[in-house]
Amino acid sequence: MRISSFLALASLAVLAGCGSSATWGWYVIDPTTAAGWTNIKFLISGMGDTILISVIAAVISIVLGLLVALPGLSEKRGWRIVNRVYVELIRAIPLLPMLFWVFYGLPIIFRSMGLNVPIDPFWGAIITLALSDSAFTAEIYRAGIQSIAKGQREAAQTVGLSYAQTMRYVILPQAIRRILPPLANQFIYIVKMSAFASVIGMQELTRRANELVVTEYRPLEIYTLLILEYLILVLLISAGVRWLERRMGSDERS
Amino acid sequence: MAASAIELRGVNKWYDTFHVLKDIDLTVASGEKVVICGPSGSGKSTVVRCINKLEPHDTGIIRVFGQEITNDPRSYSAMQGDLGMVFQQFNLFPHLSVLENLTLGPTKALGLNRKEAEERARRYLERVRIPDQADKRPSQLSGGQQQRVAIARALCMEPKVLLFDEPTSALDPEMIAEVLDVMITLAQDGMTMVVVTHEMGFARKVADKMVFMDGGEIVEQGPPDHFFTTPKSERCKTFLSQILQH
Repeated sequence: MRISSFLALASLAVLAGCGSSATWGWYVIDPTTAAGWTNIKFLISGMGDTILISVIAAVISIVLGLLVALPGLSEKRGWRIVNRVYVELIRAIPLLPMLFWVFYGLPIIFRSMGLNVPIDPFWGAIITLALSDSAFTAEIYRAGIQSIAKGQREAAQTVGLSYAQTMRYVILPQAIRRILPPLANQFIYIVKMSAFASVIGMQELTRRANELVVTEYRPLEIYTLLILEYLILVLLISAGVRWLERRMGSDERS
Repeated sequence: MAASAIELRGVNKWYDTFHVLKDIDLTVASGEKVVICGPSGSGKSTVVRCINKLEPHDTGIIRVFGQEITNDPRSYSAMQGDLGMVFQQFNLFPHLSVLENLTLGPTKALGLNRKEAEERARRYLERVRIPDQADKRPSQLSGGQQQRVAIARALCMEPKVLLFDEPTSALDPEMIAEVLDVMITLAQDGMTMVVVTHEMGFARKVADKMVFMDGGEIVEQGPPDHFFTTPKSERCKTFLSQILQH
């Protein structure tokens, strides 16, 4: 017991020693000084691209996810296998290697097929995020659609609706309210994972922070501001989703 | 003799190894009212669900107005307008108003415009005696009202045959009569009906033919006066005595 407390104290001392050269240096992001204000403006300037990448990726993922989910609900085994293979494969690939594959690998594959399709960091990031997220979105759709009672589909069939009409007018409008909260979670995931776009040179929030760290040597303070920036984005998304849910709530069954 | 509306010849169906329908032969003539009864698990709902292709059958022939219904989706899209269906659990669309429940099929599947579909919907709401509930949601109605909306929804497709799968089984006792009354009116107006039900009073009143099923087969079928007074099989006698003793 005495030895363990000694070890704890010793490790604290070591940690304190490590930090001895690192005192706080909030001056780098002090808005009252001209230099600090310039730094803040530089950091925030990545916001636009972070939002743009995330929103476009989320929209693609929402459409792609539905297209992947539908064969998973098919009666035919072949279609379900297509869905399973896609979901299991895409879900298993870590984001960073996938990003490299899309950004560096895809152009090589296209070139070997005689096509010249350049992929810039902007679309490289979007494709990667959308692809990676679509596997999760697909599973959310599948669960949401399956949660709607089978009788709804049967009733739609007996009043002559086609498969597409049944989905559009009967199943999806009921499923969407159950799907929305987990989809919002995924959107938050996309926003945070968009930080990876910094490694292929996208000038978004994280890249700006990294660049400033290199010139200012104050990672702790700069990354603290970075955390705040993501926090604000995520809180805004949460508020938006709650507003949407309230609006939809009005036409759900009581 | 009237042309047969529905014809089943040697229909068999299995759930894996469980033989749910055994050599079902059944003919429903145009204008005829057929009541199917039997203990639960006897396959009576499955018969109805195979006729309108909510479930596939494995062997045998099902014809609707002479046209064979196979498990190929193209074969039954043509007959779908001919068959209306009323479910035990109503299966109304909870996110739509009563009126929208009624107009969805006619506008999307039959190509009626909104005005025509609404006129038709109000006409049938009148017929099931709830003309004033058009703008409510299904969840705001009682069970009996919901089932009458479901009947109106089926009628809006103007089917030639109405199939009922235990339409009163999910209802509180005091609401059963209002639904049966509507069904009796439909029967009197000449609608061809196939009704799976335990309501023997209703059956006596409207049925042209009684069908008794047990263990996946049709044990007995015939006109109701014979059926109720002199059932031929033991199983049918037992069933009737159980269901009629109260």
